[in-house]
Amino acid sequence: MRRGVSVAILAAVLAIGFVATVEGRRGFGLNAQEKAAMEAKIDNFSFTPPTLTVATGTMVTWTNRDDIPHTVVSTDDAKTFKSKVLDTDEKFSFTFSKPGAFPYFCSIHPKMTGKVIVQ
Amino acid sequence: MSEKKNDELLHDHNHDGIDRRGFLKCMAWAGTGAFCVMKGGVLNSYSLGRMSEINTADMMGELSFVQISDSHMGFNKPANPDVAGTLKAAVDKINGLAAAPEFMLHTGDISHLSKPEEFDTVEQILKGAKPKDVFYVPGEHDVLNDDGKQFLERYGKGSKGAGWYSFEKKGVHFIGLVNVMNLKAGGLGTLGHDQLEWLEDDVKHLKKSTPIVVFAHIPLWSVYPEWGWGTEDSAQALAYLKKFGSVTVLNGHIHQTMQKVEGNVTFHTAASTAFPQPQPGKADSPGPMKVPAEQLRSVLGVTEVNYVQGQHALAVVDSTLA
Repeated sequence: MRRGVSVAILAAVLAIGFVATVEGRRGFGLNAQEKAAMEAKIDNFSFTPPTLTVATGTMVTWTNRDDIPHTVVSTDDAKTFKSKVLDTDEKFSFTFSKPGAFPYFCSIHPKMTGKVIVQ
Repeated sequence: MSEKKNDELLHDHNHDGIDRRGFLKCMAWAGTGAFCVMKGGVLNSYSLGRMSEINTADMMGELSFVQISDSHMGFNKPANPDVAGTLKAAVDKINGLAAAPEFMLHTGDISHLSKPEEFDTVEQILKGAKPKDVFYVPGEHDVLNDDGKQFLERYGKGSKGAGWYSFEKKGVHFIGLVNVMNLKAGGLGTLGHDQLEWLEDDVKHLKKSTPIVVFAHIPLWSVYPEWGWGTEDSAQALAYLKKFGSVTVLNGHIHQTMQKVEGNVTFHTAASTAFPQPQPGKADSPGPMKVPAEQLRSVLGVTEVNYVQGQHALAVVDSTLA
């Protein structure tokens, strides 16, 4: 009996935790324009992480940590996002308001590529 | 000199019939003391430490010029906090050459961030050089943010497209190409359709015996594609130059000297006047290489090129700034 109660309590706690998590995510989504932000790095001639998965509305900020300037330019013809040249420690931010896959590259060193997946 | 096999050095000591069949691939790492020399017909390369071993007569020719590259004016990181100083040292080196070169080629990355003051500083420093004419092609650092508009305004007078052009000096046909525009994700340097068409037309009327010198920023041969050190459509460009007996290709971009001979074509990259980069694949990335301050000038340099009329050969001599 005692054991049954414990299990029930544990289940309830887990359930609440689950709901809270879901609510938390929802809240995150609702206030995305203000709240959601992700950091990405440019280091050693590569984008880190190479693939970044974010919620719709997330603002992604890239920081160039190399001794050499780089850019962040979306690969599509429309150039959905395109930074100015970023010297060491300079940043570029873009808010992804639509879901989809957004491949990008450094237009100075085109071997450097990355992707943002917006869900 | 018949039936040469690949990977075999040619020893046709100048004044030759120019048999360039065979293949030479060698790399010279200025400053490390390890470098490669091909004696004779096509190319001679020495670092400054060995200049004293060169017969002065070999340095004289019908035409001599200097190649400088990758000044990166504006760069101020630990790999070289004084790129103006090392460019000045390059100019001193040029002014100290036994025979004054007729002109200079700058194979791009004049500036680090395409800032007007960076270009101004380079022009100011180069005014101190004995050769007064400088022929430029852009590097990717010279065309940032404005698709090369400023570069064309400064250096593009009389050029076509993104800044390509040709000119003649004492019977040698020089061709400046641009391979740093419209780079595609995951790709290499690009010449593009319009430039290739222009090139085909530009050389069509020339005699096969005309020595050709092509200069461009990114190497026109596959040095190390993993780091973007090559040009996607360079094979097409070289196909248009096949008929010529002597073709020399001068590039920058990789901040180290390297030579390769393939058929009638000698490829050569120049050291940077600003900072060295690692050997292909010998580092995680091609970023600036930090070397002890006292060694820096031994890995920077200028390239002097001598053309001796009637011999169809260009002797390329690399000097370090030490």
